[in-house]
Amino acid sequence: MCVAVPALIVSIEGQEAEVDLAGVRRRIGLQLVPEANVGDYVLVHAGFAINVLDPDEAEATLKLFAELDAMSGAEEGEAPS
Amino acid sequence: MRYVDEFRDPARARALLQRIHDRARRPVQLMEFCGTHTHAMFRHGIRQLLPPSITMLSGPGCPVCVTSAADLDRAIALASLPGVTLATFGDMLRVPGSRGSLQTARAAGADVRVIYSSLDALEIARREPAQTVVLLGVGFETTAPTMAAALLQAEKEGLENLRLYSLHKLTPPAMAAILRSGEVALDGILAPGHVSAIIGSSAWEFVARDFALPCTVAGFEPLDTLQGIADLVEQCEAGIAQVHNTYGRGVRAAGNPAAQALLAKVFEVSEAEWRGLGRVPASGLALCGRFRRFDATPLLEGHSLEPAEAREPAGCRCGEVLRGVLDPTRCPLFGRVCTPDQPVGPCMVSSEGSCAAHYRYGEAR
Ligand code: SF4
Repeated sequence: MCVAVPALIVSIEGQEAEVDLAGVRRRIGLQLVPEANVGDYVLVHAGFAINVLDPDEAEATLKLFAELDAMSGAEEGEAPS
Repeated sequence: MRYVDEFRDPARARALLQRIHDRARRPVQLMEFCGTHTHAMFRHGIRQLLPPSITMLSGPGCPVCVTSAADLDRAIALASLPGVTLATFGDMLRVPGSRGSLQTARAAGADVRVIYSSLDALEIARREPAQTVVLLGVGFETTAPTMAAALLQAEKEGLENLRLYSLHKLTPPAMAAILRSGEVALDGILAPGHVSAIIGSSAWEFVARDFALPCTVAGFEPLDTLQGIADLVEQCEAGIAQVHNTYGRGVRAAGNPAAQALLAKVFEVSEAEWRGLGRVPASGLALCGRFRRFDATPLLEGHSLEPAEAREPAGCRCGEVLRGVLDPTRCPLFGRVCTPDQPVGPCMVSSEGSCAAHYRYGEAR
């Protein structure tokens, strides 16, 4: 029930936003993220944005994964689907 | 950056798995608090690919599952009142109370409607002013602020016919209750990402401080979950017990201040009854201050429930499953009497219940 999915804010009108959620347009509440702007990605849960995703943190995490990958050589183990 | 595919890359997943296999030297038991983690791990095949030395136990992090039969009985009683429309998330429909479910109540004439968001309940209340619309407030810290936002909006619009039946629950007190009981030996906790988006990773400090266990906040994509598990394994091997946040893009140490302010405005902390854990002090949310007038509980006054005590479904061992004590496949009813099509208990009903996860994806099917 705590599923939340990333969505891109396309437009904002008062406390509502239109988001692009994997290609689908949805209207969501922005009451929990007053700082959100058009162009931000937010986590959407039960019709509301619950947080603005932080692009710098995301990049840092991906960079860490890339380093691990380079280190491991990764020829063993199977890929999860 | 689209925040999805990047965190599903199979080559990166292989590297993380390899790291877990390399580091995991001694057997560890980890608990994933959150049902969303349980499902994500099964669905992406992660659980099946972990080294045998790592045991993942599912915790009580399924809001539907931990709703007690007594609370559900009251929700059904509310739905059955004349002039009441009960608005609920779909997962709650088939959960068994003592004498049936919301679904059977609906078949018997109760007005039960499935909503996707608390805002849908507002819309029903606006369109049908003669109905009393009761919003069934089920969910953890992730969901409760969305209910608070709806009440604030109802107040602003002067909507008089909306009520909330708050069964909201707080996750750290439940985690603490499990750890304090010592019923199951744990070496680390995989903390829930989206609950933590609201309450902050710092809300889990007590796990390290009071119980000397590592605790890692993780997201739900395959790489996120693997990274969380890798971090826990590394903490275990290094003999450290700290709170780490591996979901930096979605979770800050202090959480979401706007959502917390909204919760504090509308709710006060109260005792709550958890299926499996019983009554846990300071683990629930009740309406407070001027928002008490939205409370649905008084609607039941004078409409006494049938006198029978609330009962759990016969033979169902969800309570033990929710405490991580019993593997779902060890329940004598699992897969024989109890299946997702014919569920006996809530852990098989809910799409996030661990019985459902084991049945759908598990090896013991
Ligand atoms: S398998 Fe069914 S009966 Fe057994 S604990 Fe799970 S939900 Fe309850």
